[in-house]
Amino acid sequence: MRVNFTVNGRRYEADDVWEGESLLYVLRERMGLPGSKNACEQGECGSCTVRLDGVPVCSCLVAAGQVEGREVVTVEGLADFAAHRAEQHPGSGCAPGACGTALDQARRWQADPAGEEARETGELSPIQQAFIDAGAVQCGFCTPGLLVAADELLERNPEPSDADIREALSGNLCRCTGYEKILDAVRLAAARAEETV
Amino acid sequence: MDFLRPASWEEALAAKAAHPTAVPIAGGTDVMVEINFDHRRPDHLLDLNRIGELTEWEVGRENVRLGACVPYSRIMEHLRAELPGLALASHTVASPQIRNRGSVGGNLGTASPAGDAHPALLAAGAEVEAESVRGTRMIPIDAFYTGVKRNALEPDELIRAVHIKKADGPQQFSKVGTRNAMVIAVCAFGLALHPGTRTVRTGIGSAAPTPVRAKEAEEFLNAALEEGGFWDSRAIITPSVAKQFAALAAGACNPIDDVRGTASYRRHAVGIMARRTLGWTWESYRGNGRSTEGAA
Amino acid sequence: MGVTGNPTSINQGTRTKGGIGESTLRPDGILKVTGEFAYSSDMWHEDMLWGHTLRSTFAHAEIVSIDTSEALATSGVYAVLTYDDLPSTVKNYGLEIQDTPVLAHGKVRHHGEPVALVAADHPETARRAAAKIRIDYRELPVITDEASATAPDAILVHEGRSDHHAGHVPHPNIVHRQPIVRGDADAAAARADVVVSGEYVFGMQDQAFLGPESGLAVPAEDGGVDLYVATQWLHSDLRQIAPVLGLPEDKVRMTLAGVGGAFGGREDLSMQIHACLLALRTGKPVKIVYNRFESFFGHVHRHPAKLWYEHGATRDGKLTHMKCRIVLDGGAYASASPAVVGNASSLSVGPYVIDDVDIEAIALYTNNPPCGAMRGFGAVQACFAYEAQMDKLAAELGMDPVEFRQLNAMEQGTLLPTGQVVDSPAPVAELLRRVKDMPMPPERQWEVAGEQADVRALPGGLSNTTHGEGVVRGVGYAVGLKNVGFSEGFDDYSTARVRMEAVAGEPVVTVHTAMAEVGQGGVTVHAQIARTELGVSQVTIHPADTRVGSAGSTSASRQTYVTGGAVKHSCEAVREKVLEMGRRKFGTFHPAWATAELLLEGGKVVTDGGEVLADLADVLEDEAVDIELEWRHRPTEAFDLRTGQGNGHVQYSFAAHRAVVEVDTELGLVKVVELACAQDVGKALNPLSVVGQIQGGTIQGLGIAVMEEIVVDPRTAKVRNPSFTDYLLPTILDTPAIPVDVLELADDHAPYGLRGVGEAPTLSSTPAVLAAIRNATGLELNRTPVRPEHLTGT
Repeated sequence: MRVNFTVNGRRYEADDVWEGESLLYVLRERMGLPGSKNACEQGECGSCTVRLDGVPVCSCLVAAGQVEGREVVTVEGLADFAAHRAEQHPGSGCAPGACGTALDQARRWQADPAGEEARETGELSPIQQAFIDAGAVQCGFCTPGLLVAADELLERNPEPSDADIREALSGNLCRCTGYEKILDAVRLAAARAEETV
Repeated sequence: MDFLRPASWEEALAAKAAHPTAVPIAGGTDVMVEINFDHRRPDHLLDLNRIGELTEWEVGRENVRLGACVPYSRIMEHLRAELPGLALASHTVASPQIRNRGSVGGNLGTASPAGDAHPALLAAGAEVEAESVRGTRMIPIDAFYTGVKRNALEPDELIRAVHIKKADGPQQFSKVGTRNAMVIAVCAFGLALHPGTRTVRTGIGSAAPTPVRAKEAEEFLNAALEEGGFWDSRAIITPSVAKQFAALAAGACNPIDDVRGTASYRRHAVGIMARRTLGWTWESYRGNGRSTEGAA
Repeated sequence: MGVTGNPTSINQGTRTKGGIGESTLRPDGILKVTGEFAYSSDMWHEDMLWGHTLRSTFAHAEIVSIDTSEALATSGVYAVLTYDDLPSTVKNYGLEIQDTPVLAHGKVRHHGEPVALVAADHPETARRAAAKIRIDYRELPVITDEASATAPDAILVHEGRSDHHAGHVPHPNIVHRQPIVRGDADAAAARADVVVSGEYVFGMQDQAFLGPESGLAVPAEDGGVDLYVATQWLHSDLRQIAPVLGLPEDKVRMTLAGVGGAFGGREDLSMQIHACLLALRTGKPVKIVYNRFESFFGHVHRHPAKLWYEHGATRDGKLTHMKCRIVLDGGAYASASPAVVGNASSLSVGPYVIDDVDIEAIALYTNNPPCGAMRGFGAVQACFAYEAQMDKLAAELGMDPVEFRQLNAMEQGTLLPTGQVVDSPAPVAELLRRVKDMPMPPERQWEVAGEQADVRALPGGLSNTTHGEGVVRGVGYAVGLKNVGFSEGFDDYSTARVRMEAVAGEPVVTVHTAMAEVGQGGVTVHAQIARTELGVSQVTIHPADTRVGSAGSTSASRQTYVTGGAVKHSCEAVREKVLEMGRRKFGTFHPAWATAELLLEGGKVVTDGGEVLADLADVLEDEAVDIELEWRHRPTEAFDLRTGQGNGHVQYSFAAHRAVVEVDTELGLVKVVELACAQDVGKALNPLSVVGQIQGGTIQGLGIAVMEEIVVDPRTAKVRNPSFTDYLLPTILDTPAIPVDVLELADDHAPYGLRGVGEAPTLSSTPAVLAAIRNATGLELNRTPVRPEHLTGT
């Protein structure tokens, strides 16, 4: 079958998709976007987390055909997505719960060509930078899913408690770090956002 | 394999009538695992994602009519007051990502004894709105589960909504797993106080071939509360009553030994959860609980 | 983070930014956070095919017949291969003993053994075709434990063994046996005032690296093959792959693809040969990616073990003797079992002084899943048992468990049961003191003023099982002893090629090794070493491949020591060469070239007094200095097969943990509240990475303490939980705060005084958690992982 949808602001069309293929497979094998990871393919690790119309989901459990006409953001588009959000909400100073990306906003969002360039020159979203700085990356296989999940947490809740962070990231397994540095990274990103207000 | 993409409920019913073996897929949190791991190759997948009404709910006077595909995260967020037991159960489902996709309709369709929603539905009281091109029928939740991963749906029927009794008293849900998040139930227990009818209802998950109510325990407790005048006095429930209730709840189990736990542990744990959830809800009813919803 | 001790003085480039001792950031970090880092499962090639492996559904069976005709006739299928299609006379592989068939021949020996391969244009086509392969099995009885393996009429898992252990084992179903005898344990036992014994069971743990086994094989025009794969040791793979393909090693060119974790599970081959066979047969690139279900069958696991221990002590708390017997289940193929036996036996005494010991360790051949390397490698199982024994003894003697351990702690100069002297710092008592002195985490953290209990801080977590009812706190301690590097006389070396050249007027260094970066941060450290040694800030890490000499395995906590040592060694040679060039070019202009101690710093040649003699770019001009050298740590010896005596190890690593747990004693659920660790790392080359290793290792130890276990049905030897639904890894809600105290007492034998870091924390974490649960519940708990059934007696 044929599936059309938008990934990171770009329209994609995939042909000859087998009906049992997951969104994850289509992203990785048909669209050249292998950033979302295939660690368990059963929704038990979160490595394939993407935003589907703004909502974090395991892309391994979304059938390709279900994505027709919808908007997906993957780790590859996270920096642009975050930059766009920062433009919409300068300083990320909105109150908890008031800062989410509404569905219609997510649908309208388009990649900014300038943003694309900026990312190529090494610009990262705050959560990406914080993961590097805090030592939250070891093998890195869990990292893309964690980044998408953590970015969404901070969007909803710019000042999460440790328990909030743990709960929000409880669907993302990491086998290398013991999670301490991941907590550090999210705290760091939140603290930096606060400083810029 | 064919992928059917009905744009409306009527189209979905027609597709299901034309292909009774079609497997409905909404959140995909069960179906896609089976496909990814090559456990299932249905001839047709019937996608329900394009039918907007399935993710909506209406709060009526007595019931909440919950669309089959309302994600668990929405239930947690929006229906804590009306459906506290189900909201608590929703919070124990898998992970945030799964809760954003999984739904009560999926739990009912799969009808696994380990589905987290079942004990809460049994305890609250609910009816499943099943529909086919032949018409609509309401299936009482007590009659819905017919065997391990089997339910009362006809091959041409789809679940449109679940009508769940609005809470008229405190409700609780508790689930044992060997991990502190993202875990399938070793066993689970739901309990709802219904002060309006002066009854208590329960639901047990993962401790019998189907989700079940602990009917004997309910009857015992109903009688004990009535006889002791507890509903009016709001006195602390006598420990011996709580103990007997727990023992009867454990006795309602018909569990197996499997890789997740032993039968005897399941019985034991259901008893403990029965006692604790009764304690929490009753404290709430007495006015000492800070909310009927539990924490976190 | 406390830092104690005197790291070996470093007389080169200490002022170069980004050198050793700094927490420089990962060079692969940006690629990893943007999703661009190419892991082995991300490999893609135009026109590539998908490989699929058909695996046995029985643990032990004769293969009566295989019919592939229907599969081959499937549209989109390019090849179906069985044993009969193997191109070479070599049809087995293995790390030490070549007992593992590339594809099953006549018999399968474990559940999930590869029997046939399919290549097709889509993974689903390959799966459907594989389902059409008809295999007629005749089931055989399964061997699942020591009793069934060594029964007089036991079926031999491997008939006609001729490997080098075959001659000394008491039964052909025993892979290897290592006794160690020192002193007279029986005589010493007579001096004991207290004797405790116990039988301990350690479950089968999975490495559960997140990046599944995967890779891409591309056939080359010269008849060879290029293989992109995730592994721990490229050259070891190559040595096993090439003979089976019937190719010389130079026609199998391997490049390390991104590795999504390893932890020992990638020491053995998985899909490497299979992908190459399919690529060579079809003439097309072939990609194989296991899913999680298959991954559980695709690699070896940690040996489950039964351990019997007896210890004695005098009334004043001195250990008198130790006897132990350790039975490791190696499963159907040898993998690393012999070396695991060597570790389990030689480290079975733990970090304690005991003069009189009687030790025996064996590994079995059974029809259970093959077991081999996993972080901690034999020492983990022993540590779980001896630490339980230490607590038992302390309790018997009425002593504090930490003081009792400190009283018997080994130190520099202690003689091990193998007769080897511990010739570097062994701060065992100090590490225990440090974890004990850390502040305790607050009690009842789930209580929130004015609100209901926060279940996220309670046993059961989000499942809402308790609001504080039945919850009891417990505290436990443990300390462990791990060897670093390959032992028992293995020629453990690494190779580094270092190149320095001037690019656009700036000196640039390239470091090329075959070291597998599996997440541990070796690439970060290599760049740091090059900066320190060569005073050049711009260092490039060349991708790891087989065009450079072997680096050895990324295992045994050895890479920073051995490949780090090789990089240092090659950098030193490059430095000498560069200074020689400088002397030649500029020596006549300044007497310091001949008389002073010269350093490379900030891209310049400087005197130890800080005077600049020349820019490196001017020294180099258009000439590149390019040196590839091997480097070895000091040699070790094999253990005597009867007495176990021998200088078998090169270095030791020590960590201690204090676990604080809260147990719901009614439901048997555990919340680990804190796992504090103190570890001696000799010298922290990158402190951020060191702490990351310690925390990660600590949590793998927590996993096997309370949830992780591959469950094998004892009647069928089949795996019952090959998925992340039922093989549970700790989530971020299961993991506690992990305060880390790093000690730096230099080992003068090692580069920069460093000590291997990765494994030690995995040892002591598990017994510390068990000790804390025992402390909370009063139960004996001789098995790990602890399940709710064990805590509730149900």
